[in-house]
Amino acid sequence: MNLNSSAERPSPDALRASPSPRRGEGTRLNPHVQGWLLALPAVALLATFTHVPAVKTIIDSFFATPRGNHAAPFVGLDQYRAMLADPIFARALENNVIYALITVPLAIAIALAMALVVNACVTGRAALRLAFFTPTILPMVAAANIWLFFYTPDYGLINQAIRALGFAGVNFLGDPATALPALMAVTVWKEAGFFMIFFLAALQQVPPDLHEAARLENASRWQVFCRITWPMVMPTTLFVAINALINAFRVVDQVIAMTGGDPNNATTLLLFYIYQVAFSFWDSGYAAALSTVLLVVLASIALAQFFLLDRRIHYR
Amino acid sequence: MIRRGFITAALLALTLARAPAFATEITFYYPIAVGGPITKIVDRYAEEFHKSHPDITVKPVYTGSYQDSIVKAMTAAKAGNAPDVAVLLSTDMFTLIDNELIVPWDDTASAGEDKAWLKAFYPAFMENSQTGGHTWGIPFQRSTIVQYWNKDAFKAAGLDPDKAPGTWDEVVAFGRKLVKRDGGGQVTQWGIEIPSSGFPYWLFQALTTQNGAILASREGTKVAYDDPKVIAAAQFFADLGQKDGVMPKGIIDWGTTPNDFFALKTAIIWTTTGNLTNVRSNAKFSFGVAPMPSRVRGGSPTGGGNIYLFRGTDKAKQAAAVEFARFLTTPDLAADWGIATGYVATRPDAWDTAAMKKYVAGFPAAAVARDQLKEAVAELSTHDNQRVTKALNDALQAVLTGAKPPKPALDAAQAEATRILARYQH
Repeated sequence: MNLNSSAERPSPDALRASPSPRRGEGTRLNPHVQGWLLALPAVALLATFTHVPAVKTIIDSFFATPRGNHAAPFVGLDQYRAMLADPIFARALENNVIYALITVPLAIAIALAMALVVNACVTGRAALRLAFFTPTILPMVAAANIWLFFYTPDYGLINQAIRALGFAGVNFLGDPATALPALMAVTVWKEAGFFMIFFLAALQQVPPDLHEAARLENASRWQVFCRITWPMVMPTTLFVAINALINAFRVVDQVIAMTGGDPNNATTLLLFYIYQVAFSFWDSGYAAALSTVLLVVLASIALAQFFLLDRRIHYR
Repeated sequence: MIRRGFITAALLALTLARAPAFATEITFYYPIAVGGPITKIVDRYAEEFHKSHPDITVKPVYTGSYQDSIVKAMTAAKAGNAPDVAVLLSTDMFTLIDNELIVPWDDTASAGEDKAWLKAFYPAFMENSQTGGHTWGIPFQRSTIVQYWNKDAFKAAGLDPDKAPGTWDEVVAFGRKLVKRDGGGQVTQWGIEIPSSGFPYWLFQALTTQNGAILASREGTKVAYDDPKVIAAAQFFADLGQKDGVMPKGIIDWGTTPNDFFALKTAIIWTTTGNLTNVRSNAKFSFGVAPMPSRVRGGSPTGGGNIYLFRGTDKAKQAAAVEFARFLTTPDLAADWGIATGYVATRPDAWDTAAMKKYVAGFPAAAVARDQLKEAVAELSTHDNQRVTKALNDALQAVLTGAKPPKPALDAAQAEATRILARYQH
């Protein structure tokens, strides 16, 4: 996690002491310069594709959208004021929070359950692991198209099953009550298998002597889970939760592939709305302000991980 | 030997000297919105054009869906790398003008025969192509909405298989007869499906037109979403599903509507003429194609893409672009394109060509959209088009899903559209 912590950085003394057979004493680089040169490719790439655009986006959010070839006038906080009055933004934010609050715990619970199953000695363990992991391998757009068929009214797979049981069919993506849950199901299905891999790795790191001790004490399965397994996989849970939370605010592909935000913005999520404002409405100033909000959300999640939760979790 | 070498060298020098002076290369962006080997057809057109105009080379670039295409054209133009000509939605006209990306065709095409060319198209298609006294778009792949109906299902329901609903009342009455239920009361066949995903405003505009309303002013600065005729049309649209029970409730997906028709889940569908070839090759029953039903009048909005001329400094390229657009819209090519894709050939004389006459004689349904053009109106298009249209889309989906009654939903959409359009009022 802390790859660039001071402990791992070569100290200036070490660099000075290192033999340098090809260069004379006079041409040796200043160690600080040398360090920066080593970091340069990464810094240049990150700056070009992440930091400069991010800063430029924040600056752009204080300007109106340029029209034609005219320069954009400075508007201060107007874009943010417009955002507060924008019902679609409110809807997108609300949808996104619901989306995160439901998909993240659900994906984690299912991932952990699947990991427990494939970690146990069951027959066909390899096949099960593969089966659970398959959704992760599929590209999102392909998966979305498969689910589109599942959700189709009348003759879609799920509706055929529902009708065979004698219930009325459901127009999953065409009803505001079911459209967002339908998208959530795809996300959980897609992500749980991926997170399972992390939990599987964590479960295999749990020292066997803990389980032996528990067996000596005649602990129940539930006690073993609560007292041993769950605390031991806690760092993994945190890592997975943060990643899932960040992913939940970056979702855009299945919205574009499955609903386009329909019906009546019931499935509009933040990033999709930004895309729409930027590339359908061509309102780059407002899109910049929306992106800044998303940036703040993502940065807060990351900071929460680094500064708050990191210290409370038991690392061995 | 020496002589031959000399000739070769001279020829080579000649080609090298001539090439830059005479060859003009233009870039042509085009989207694909219907099935079929479209890229091959467009490449063939570009080659044929080069044969008849050896001094111009057209570089066709397939740019994805309509939405992908406008994104690519706009971003390329903002980066100073605009295409010379592009096919984009006719409704993008105001957006392209406001962003100062296109120039009117009549600036370059000003000779006598060019003027005649600009007048050769169906007036219904020009409604979305002209504003402020200029022609900004050349109709290319244009469509209207038509009804497709399953004649076998009509016969089974005791209806005349050769008569599609001609009025709103017939839509409901026929629909009631066409709905089929299984033992448990579940509907197995709906009367009608009017798609409402993605861009419900387009199909809704057929209803508003039939009810005598015009949604947007010609200057693209005002909309009439709260017109009582529009509200009544929305009520009718919602009632089909919620009250009359002849259409599925909720949002009906545009993409699966033809499949529902093929799978006998619905007896009538409303969709673009661009689906004609698709329906013709996939329907396993006898089907008919009919113009829209009428209320106070008939009618449908037009739809589809126009050819736009992008702003550039090179006069030779602009002249070449005009030549290419004229080539793409000759009667023969317009007929060929219409037959290959199902789009409506854009000018009356295209329907007098031998190829088109033969096609219509074998497949009379192809002429339905053409005959409907006399009642067609401009597709909803305004300044800040996608945003103004989205206000209506959202309102319609709220109405169709039962979240809001038509009047408050459309009043809110009107307020939003008026707010957005305020800056364009002069």
